[in-house]
Amino acid sequence: MQQQMVEKRNSIFDVVDLNLWYDDFHALKNINLEMNEKEVTAIIGPSGCGKSTFIKTMNLMIQMIPTVKMSGQINFEGSNIIEGKVDLVSLRKHVGMIFQKGNPFPQSIFDNIAYGPRIHGIKDKKKLNEIVESSLKDVALWDEVKDRLNSSAIGLSGGQQQRLCIARTLATKPEVILMDEPTSALDPISTLKIEELITELKSKYTIVIVTHNMQQAARISDKTAFFLNGEVIEYDQTDIIFSNPKDRRTEDYITGRFG
Amino acid sequence: MNSKVADRIATGVFIAIATIIVLVLIGLFSFILFRGVPQISWDFITTTSSTVREGGGIRDQLFNSFYILFITMLITVPLGVLGGVYMAEYAKPGKITNFIRSCIELLASLPSIVVGMFGLLIFVNSTGWGYTIIGGALALTIFNIPVMVRVSEDAIRSVPNVQKEASLALGINHWHTIKTVILPSAFPGILTGAILASGRVFGEAAALLFTAGLSTPRLDYMNWNPFSTTSPLNIFRPAETLSVHIWAVNTNGIMPDVEAIADGSSAILVLSVLFFNLTARFVGSAVHRKITASK
Repeated sequence: MQQQMVEKRNSIFDVVDLNLWYDDFHALKNINLEMNEKEVTAIIGPSGCGKSTFIKTMNLMIQMIPTVKMSGQINFEGSNIIEGKVDLVSLRKHVGMIFQKGNPFPQSIFDNIAYGPRIHGIKDKKKLNEIVESSLKDVALWDEVKDRLNSSAIGLSGGQQQRLCIARTLATKPEVILMDEPTSALDPISTLKIEELITELKSKYTIVIVTHNMQQAARISDKTAFFLNGEVIEYDQTDIIFSNPKDRRTEDYITGRFG
Repeated sequence: MNSKVADRIATGVFIAIATIIVLVLIGLFSFILFRGVPQISWDFITTTSSTVREGGGIRDQLFNSFYILFITMLITVPLGVLGGVYMAEYAKPGKITNFIRSCIELLASLPSIVVGMFGLLIFVNSTGWGYTIIGGALALTIFNIPVMVRVSEDAIRSVPNVQKEASLALGINHWHTIKTVILPSAFPGILTGAILASGRVFGEAAALLFTAGLSTPRLDYMNWNPFSTTSPLNIFRPAETLSVHIWAVNTNGIMPDVEAIADGSSAILVLSVLFFNLTARFVGSAVHRKITASK
């Protein structure tokens, strides 16, 4: 039954034979992954396996590093973002990203959320107010900060900052949210809040999350990809990966024998 | 010697050095003010200078100093900041960038008298302007741009990379990111650079001797038309600044109260620099508070 429901979903990201090099170092090798709309895909694997590199290819943030070379296809909504001239502004508007540590701008809470929408052309004050309020409500931060929207975002706690950053991404109305170890710098309670948030957000957004924490992957994701040395070893339903992995290396990793 | 003793000695040495610096500063300051302040009067700062008679003031020189500072910064700050943005954000590491950096450093180490001679050739003679405020301001720009570029570059580089990433990941393009995220964060550092550069402009005499000249025409402060020859705002008129005035009266002044004028002018100059620095810092921190919403 669940299998059928999954199959009905549309594919949003289709990665075909993706290879990536940093100079001579072959960091990603023949990656093939397909991700469906409104699913949470977890990417797990030991440090240096290429999982952060991979997630940064999905919004081409990887291009900030000048020595990177890529081949293959990353099809986002049917068009290959590696080839030809890609409008980075529009790609990143559709594919938002959350980083390891909350990185709010040194501006007010309001300005942080309104930053994206403002630059993408929304000037109307009332509209901006609405966006800020709904984005903050979506990340359950509204009640905590509604009385100090004009004070600096730097004064928030680590967990609040990370939720603020998620709200800032939501404000640009993306379809996909990439999260690169979003809870690795947070305490357990803040982590729990982010995880609850992810479970709620998946009704509206496609989420790809890189995590070191296997319990986290098991708790929140629909599908899990296991990366090792730049290759995808196994990609399947999360419950299958964690209960009945096909590859010996996946089993070794999730049972804690290495990594 | 164990590390505890070494640590105490090091602390002591640093405190001693800091004390010496502060004492030298206090000594200089009190010397200048002690000798200069008694010479300062309302008359002194509101009358024009006299080449022969006693009792000349420094009204025009004081105005010229601030006006040249203003014009210089108007050119230097945008060019310097944009240069810094280029060096920090756009220049690709390599031979060309290294060459540009060496040029900037070389420019920074040019003696100001050489910059003055260069200014005389280019801004005074080649252009046919003669001694002008704009010529002086351009010479000072040459003199200050390396500092401004360097300081801006450092300030921009010290902005945490995660903020740049955050903005780019929101689909904001590079230039917009620089404008809305990086420059506001780098603002305090850039301001410090601008204040340092301003101090150099106030104090500079050698580069201005041959560019802005040693005289000031009769000025009418009611005339605000910048194209009129008697207007103080005219940038194509010669202008003796306070520093140049101090140098001039000391070396070839023939008025009987040379010493009084030099002392009073020095005190005014020091107080102006102090006043300018404090105002700039105050305004700067207010602006920074406004953009960062911090207390």
